[in-house]
Amino acid sequence: MSTTTTVSNPTDLEGKLNLYRSQLALRLFEQRAYDLFLENLVKGTSHLSLGQEAIAAGFAAAMRPTDWTFATYRGHAHTLARGVPMTPVLAELLGRSNGLMAGKGGSMHLTSVEHGVMGSYAIIGAHLPIACGAAWSAQYRGTEQVAVCFFGDGSVNIGAFHEALNFAAIWKLPVIFVCENNLWMEYTRTSEVTAVANPAADRASAYGLESIIVDGNDADAVYEIAAAAIARAREGGGPSLIEAKTYRHGGHSRADPGKYRPDSEVAEWLAKDPIPRYRARLLEKGASEEQLREIEELVAADVELATEEAKAGGVPGEDLLMKDVWADGGSSWRN
Amino acid sequence: MAQLTFREAIARGIAQEMRRDESIVFLGEDIGAAGGVFKGTVGLLEEFGGVRVRDTPISEQAILGAAMGAAMTGLKPIAEIMFADFFAVCWDIVVNEIAKSRYMTNGQMTFPLVIRSGNGGGLRFGAQHSQSVENWAMMVPGLKVVVPSNAVDVIGLMAAAIRDPDPVIFLEAKVLYASKMDVPEGEIVDTLGSAKVLRQGSDATLVALGAMVPKAIAAADELAEMGIDCTIVDVRSLVPLDTKTLLREITATGRLFTVEENPRLCGWGGELASIVSEEIFYDLDGPIVRITTPHIPLPAADALEDLAIPSIERIVTTVSKSMNS
Repeated sequence: MSTTTTVSNPTDLEGKLNLYRSQLALRLFEQRAYDLFLENLVKGTSHLSLGQEAIAAGFAAAMRPTDWTFATYRGHAHTLARGVPMTPVLAELLGRSNGLMAGKGGSMHLTSVEHGVMGSYAIIGAHLPIACGAAWSAQYRGTEQVAVCFFGDGSVNIGAFHEALNFAAIWKLPVIFVCENNLWMEYTRTSEVTAVANPAADRASAYGLESIIVDGNDADAVYEIAAAAIARAREGGGPSLIEAKTYRHGGHSRADPGKYRPDSEVAEWLAKDPIPRYRARLLEKGASEEQLREIEELVAADVELATEEAKAGGVPGEDLLMKDVWADGGSSWRN
Repeated sequence: MAQLTFREAIARGIAQEMRRDESIVFLGEDIGAAGGVFKGTVGLLEEFGGVRVRDTPISEQAILGAAMGAAMTGLKPIAEIMFADFFAVCWDIVVNEIAKSRYMTNGQMTFPLVIRSGNGGGLRFGAQHSQSVENWAMMVPGLKVVVPSNAVDVIGLMAAAIRDPDPVIFLEAKVLYASKMDVPEGEIVDTLGSAKVLRQGSDATLVALGAMVPKAIAAADELAEMGIDCTIVDVRSLVPLDTKTLLREITATGRLFTVEENPRLCGWGGELASIVSEEIFYDLDGPIVRITTPHIPLPAADALEDLAIPSIERIVTTVSKSMNS
């Protein structure tokens, strides 16, 4: 089994090295997912987080193992960042029986309850109210758990976003809404279809929340903002809405080459790639080339191992087909 | 034994379960301080407090999303959607999220929740507050669907729905809220997926649901005077469906009449007719006849609404005509 990508508190060099390892794992995993797609091994569709890794990694570093992640269909990174091993995630993409959900969910619905990954949701905005419900449950039971809910800039113009924000605010729920603003709503520039310049942050005041914007390509900055919002939520201070500015290096989904984006814009954001940037910072902070190369080799080996294990997985059989519609494990609707 | 209305039975059923289990919480629009727009939840806020009985904004997606998130993390929420027509604004949460997530996650999650809603016509509310939507819910894999027809069943089936580990859509016929019956003291717990034979006859089997049950009973009285002796089965639960009882009772008379409030196309009786045709075709003595609301949006005027929803008279006429042809 491949290793996991959880990180410890990245306020010291060791923690930062872990955060580098985590981001790199997300990057190399997504690149491998893309390669396997080109080999026709990834079934259906997939949506990669290439370029956006610092957000998932930074938040995961600030969360307790008992906290909850709610992700979107672009959720490989958020799932892995919580410590879910690479093999079952990759196997799920390949439609194998050793997949995270034995192939029944696929790329867009990655879920690992034991790691606090409470689902990846492929209907825009739907999981914001669901995250509210988990936060309500934590509040009711007094468990100090926090729900972190990631979504894209395309989600801010759908009704569920606004219902959830209001709901979380009036009930003071321990939930953090994280908008990963990568500037493009699928194939359309978000600013062309949104009434405000900062699609999430400019809406915060409508729900009595502070307007928070963070550089989503800087894992340390993300971590800091995440830690503050999570601490606030844990202490009963209610929800936060955070807009993380970032950019996806590829298209919306595997079918999209992303050609609608001007070359200059892509070049500008590639220069802000979170991973080389973090690497340079680590060298400044006293990490050695050797330390970093060791991490890079370990992560690359993890991806190789996960690829082998995922490819070696079986094909899910008929025994799974009729299972687990109901809590009794079955699917019977009549006697 | 005390007389209880259908609406009082709602609050009694919920209270019975909330006293037993702290993990049960209840949310919805106007359910707390106001006691429900149909006065079906009077007294719950006072008994259980504002932490367990919570008024919400008019945000149906938030209500059901919150119920789902709470259910997946250990609570047993009851959510109210005021009018069943409003399911249309939060159907994504019901169909794509609640109903599919256990299957998609290979059984990692369970959703022990109940969504109760005022269903159907008879109150002259017009097309957007009157539709009978049990067929919407029945066709979604992953949902259980319960429709009680009297106060005792409301309590027992509510308890069963709350105790069930799966999502249950609990549809309350609004036109029955004022109906009364004797209800025994003490705990009442029923079983999901059990149809009830209310009357046994030898000539024809009338299968009815929700508000159509009392009409079928009244029609059977008139039909008896005409010499047609009817069995009446109250379906009570569309999913799971008690096909054993239904097929047995239909076989016994050889004739099936469904009495359905849902609009015609893809109503629950269509599925039942298909099961009957496949499994007991040679036990039938005549065609299956469906008595339904026509395939129209419900009109508001009392005269028109009464023409649309199956009436006692229409049931009597349809059954007698078919039996005598």
